[in-house]
Amino acid sequence: MGKHVLLVEDEVNIIEAIRFLLSREGWQVDTHSDGATAVDTIRAARPDLVVLDHMLPGKSGLDILTELRADPDFQTLPVLMLTARGQARDREQAEKAGVSRFMTKPFSNLEVVTAVRDLVQLAQ
Amino acid sequence: MSEHGLPPVFLERRSYRRRRMMDALRLLPILGLFLWMLPLFWPTAADGPGAPDKMAMSTAVTYVFAVWLTLIGSALALWSFLRSSPEMGEDANAEPR
Amino acid sequence: MASVNLLVGVSLIYVTFLFAIAFFAERAAAKGRGAWLRSPLVYTLSLSIYCTAWTFYGAVGYAARSGMEFVTIYLGPSLVMIGWWWALRKLVRVGRVQRATSVADLISSRYGKSNLLAIVVTVMAVIGVTPYIALQLQSVTLSLSIFSAPDAGGEVDQAIAAFWVAFGLAIFTVLFGTRNLNANERHDGVVIAIAVEAVVKLIALLAVGIFVVWGIAGGIAPMMERIDASPIGEWDMDRSRWVALTALSAAAFLALPRMFQVMVVENEDERHLQIASWAFPLYLMLMSLFVVPIAVIGLDLMPAGSNPDLFVLTVPLAEGQVGLATLSFLGGFSSATSMVIVATLALSTMVSNHVVMPVWLSARAEGAQVSGDVRNVVIMARRASILMIIGLGYFYYRFSGGGAALAAIGLISFVGVAQFLPAMFGGIFWRGATRWGALAGLVVGFAIWVFCSLLPSFGPGVVLSVGIFENGLLGIGWLRPQALFGIEGIDPTVHAVAWSLVLNTTAFIAVSLVTFPGPLERLQGAQFVNVFDHSTQARGWEAARATSEDLMVMTQRILGADEAQTLFRAEAKRQGLDGSLPEPTQGFLQNLERELAASVGAATAHAMISQLVGGASVSVQDLMAVADESAQILEYSNQLEAKSHELTRTAGKLREANQKLTALSVQKDAFLSQISHELRTPMTSIRSFSEILRDTEGMGQVEKTRYASIIHGEAIRLTRLLDDLLDLSVLENGQVSLRYEAGRLSDLLEQSIVTAQAASTRSMDIRRRHVNEALVLTTDLDRLGQVFINLITNAQKYCDADDPELVISVQQDGDELSVAFRDNGTPIPDAARSVIFEKFARIGDQDGSGAGLGLAICREIMARLGGDITHVPAAQGNTFVVHLPRRAALAAQ
Repeated sequence: MGKHVLLVEDEVNIIEAIRFLLSREGWQVDTHSDGATAVDTIRAARPDLVVLDHMLPGKSGLDILTELRADPDFQTLPVLMLTARGQARDREQAEKAGVSRFMTKPFSNLEVVTAVRDLVQLAQ
Repeated sequence: MSEHGLPPVFLERRSYRRRRMMDALRLLPILGLFLWMLPLFWPTAADGPGAPDKMAMSTAVTYVFAVWLTLIGSALALWSFLRSSPEMGEDANAEPR
Repeated sequence: MASVNLLVGVSLIYVTFLFAIAFFAERAAAKGRGAWLRSPLVYTLSLSIYCTAWTFYGAVGYAARSGMEFVTIYLGPSLVMIGWWWALRKLVRVGRVQRATSVADLISSRYGKSNLLAIVVTVMAVIGVTPYIALQLQSVTLSLSIFSAPDAGGEVDQAIAAFWVAFGLAIFTVLFGTRNLNANERHDGVVIAIAVEAVVKLIALLAVGIFVVWGIAGGIAPMMERIDASPIGEWDMDRSRWVALTALSAAAFLALPRMFQVMVVENEDERHLQIASWAFPLYLMLMSLFVVPIAVIGLDLMPAGSNPDLFVLTVPLAEGQVGLATLSFLGGFSSATSMVIVATLALSTMVSNHVVMPVWLSARAEGAQVSGDVRNVVIMARRASILMIIGLGYFYYRFSGGGAALAAIGLISFVGVAQFLPAMFGGIFWRGATRWGALAGLVVGFAIWVFCSLLPSFGPGVVLSVGIFENGLLGIGWLRPQALFGIEGIDPTVHAVAWSLVLNTTAFIAVSLVTFPGPLERLQGAQFVNVFDHSTQARGWEAARATSEDLMVMTQRILGADEAQTLFRAEAKRQGLDGSLPEPTQGFLQNLERELAASVGAATAHAMISQLVGGASVSVQDLMAVADESAQILEYSNQLEAKSHELTRTAGKLREANQKLTALSVQKDAFLSQISHELRTPMTSIRSFSEILRDTEGMGQVEKTRYASIIHGEAIRLTRLLDDLLDLSVLENGQVSLRYEAGRLSDLLEQSIVTAQAASTRSMDIRRRHVNEALVLTTDLDRLGQVFINLITNAQKYCDADDPELVISVQQDGDELSVAFRDNGTPIPDAARSVIFEKFARIGDQDGSGAGLGLAICREIMARLGGDITHVPAAQGNTFVVHLPRRAALAAQ
């Protein structure tokens, strides 16, 4: 194990919950809460997976994803996107932008953990 | 004079005089008509033998031409008075028709 | 005794002299040196064509027969001229503005450019004036015969003399009357010739008169005695004739085609009319002055049975004054010729413009843009008309045999043309006059004139049988030509004048009242009646579709190449264009139409331009109708335009509404997304941690407590969010009920601060000025407190200064009370300031404790309370100002 997950999220309580869940599964969880600088952080950290919130201050998750996919190095990076807005259009746009998995808040803990595991395995 | 709003109620003496001359000019033909229709009251042969003596032709001729001369003289005098005021035409328009 | 040959020679020299004067006048005018040709004196003298041979010879004859009655013929015009302000002024202005070329043109123009009306007027004028022209020919030949009579062997064939006179007049009129096609440029040669003739006839009559009074009678006093001793020595006047003839002469003076020609068409400057107003009556008076003396002396000296119409000639001849007689002959000759020339000119304009041209144009199917030179056609039409009219006069003279007394023919003619008066002056002074009214009046008046005046003048048994005179038309008693409706005993002339004019006017008014004028008619009516107030613009053309080239081509054909080019170049220059073709603006088209109207008449010019401008190929058969139609089309297209404007407006409104709905829908979507986000975010934490608590075994107590308190906190956040949403919803829908009560501002602030500080963990230094807060408010104190609490809480939450500080200051400023909350934190960025009062607008809120509804709620509350809340930018810190209406605040005791 020892896989590296980067969590991009601005809600402190949600950060704490996801960190708790993934750490318990043996993931190394780093967090980042500002949308504007998220892409740089991802480039620098080179995580095995990114959990990305849809609504972030500075830059939306969708824009971050689009920017990532434009970079050849990150075209296959697994990205799990979380959204609280629950609109069908958001999902479509995210899939078009190349999201690996799209989940609506509030999520089930098991689902998140399973999705992260599956996505990393699939990528390998 | 009356470019904006109502014309002034009282005119300066000169334009007042001109207005009255215009009035006279307009009344002149009516005066002429009256004077020239006066001979209608003179006796004629149709009035029968009881009528007063008929008017002599010389008197009649003198009367008609005297009226004529009076009218011409008045018209000439009014014209020469009004000619000196350039806005004669406009002034006439300002009066009610 | 003067031989006829000598007389003919003198006449020829005189005529040559007139030709020369007319020729040089035209030359001078063409070179622009003709200002003197257009002086008031010339204008006044040209009016003297009113005094024809009827005056020169006939007045003396009239006086010899009926005493002073002759003078009525001059009293009427004198009154009209002296009273120029009443009627003539308007007639001249209308004629000039509309560029009327004749009485027919004026009437046609007034009644919607109706060519039918123009034709009727033209026909009536020709019928009415032809006997008058014959009268002039007769007088010239009669006067010639006087000279020849004692000369055995020198007998003059009157018919041949009349023919040569007519021929000479026709030549003169053709030469000087049709040189300039555009009647607006007027006939300088003709006018100067008739002015000279006016002087000649006045001098001749005065000379004979002076000779009679001082040469024969021996002074004024003996003359007066001889007058009183003569057969006409007593005043013996038919009163009805005195009135009727004065009125008739006034009417005829206004309505005679030749008078319209000199008075209106040839008028150069309206001010000349004012001078003529006294000068022309003076002329008339001088012409009448010696009539009675000449008549009296004539009756005295001449043998019984001699023609009193020729006393002016025969008295000097009898006294051996051959020179004076010759001068007198020239005076009579002048009177006759000037009348014939101008009358023919006026009539030929009517005939060619209203009869010949429309007929010719409709015979050519191509329309106005025919190939060939219309100008030549117009000139030929004019010349043909002149020959035709003089020819008619000549044949009338031959046919009638020249028997009737001069005065009788003149009066009949006067009654005929007086029939134009109701239509003319009704049209100028009454907007309600219609085409059908004018037509009805003209036809009725004309019919009565023919039946009661013209036909009876030939005598019983000539045209009308004796039976009709005695028993009436078709044996109906009240249709007797000299006793209409069975009313007998009226003088025949008075009878004809009264009935024709009364019934004419009645028909005109009655039919006008019941008919409805066409659009063009109404426009023209307004223009005529209000000629002094209106701009001189006639209704306009839709200029865009006429090309200048087409107009140029057409104008050249009518006005001739030189004049057309001058006109167009002048207009181009006026428009500031370089070339010779101007833009076809509306003003130019109207101007052009009037220019053309002067040559071919208003109706034809209107039809021609409408063909070019309208674009559609209207057939020329419709020429007469086109004028009216185009006005109607204009009206219709205006309506369409108005409708399309309305549709555009409606569509615009719909688009606007649609945009609003779309915007609202977008707003609603955004709002739902926001709500969803705000609700789901705390729910996520709650669900996640509750699952953690449920599924995780062997969790430490510290962790359990921590996670449970997160759940608790998020649940509270959720509740508060729902509360805020409901609160905002109530406020926005206006369903909130306000509880007004009075309270001290200082107390309210105190409570708010306490409440806010209790809920906050951060401490903040709050400063106040209690003195200013000593106010009593009447408002919803709870709601206002809510606003205060919100602002204080916000300041506590967001103030990022090291020593957070809040200054609350109260100010009374005029009509309002304001409470300012100023903190010392980082100012809100400009970009964000505009949205801080919007729902879910959170600036730099990272802890997630607020839903971004607080300020939105504050704004709604203040709106309900009749106040306002604003954010005031400052270099340091943020200031929120709560404005309260003045009525809410009462000064404390």
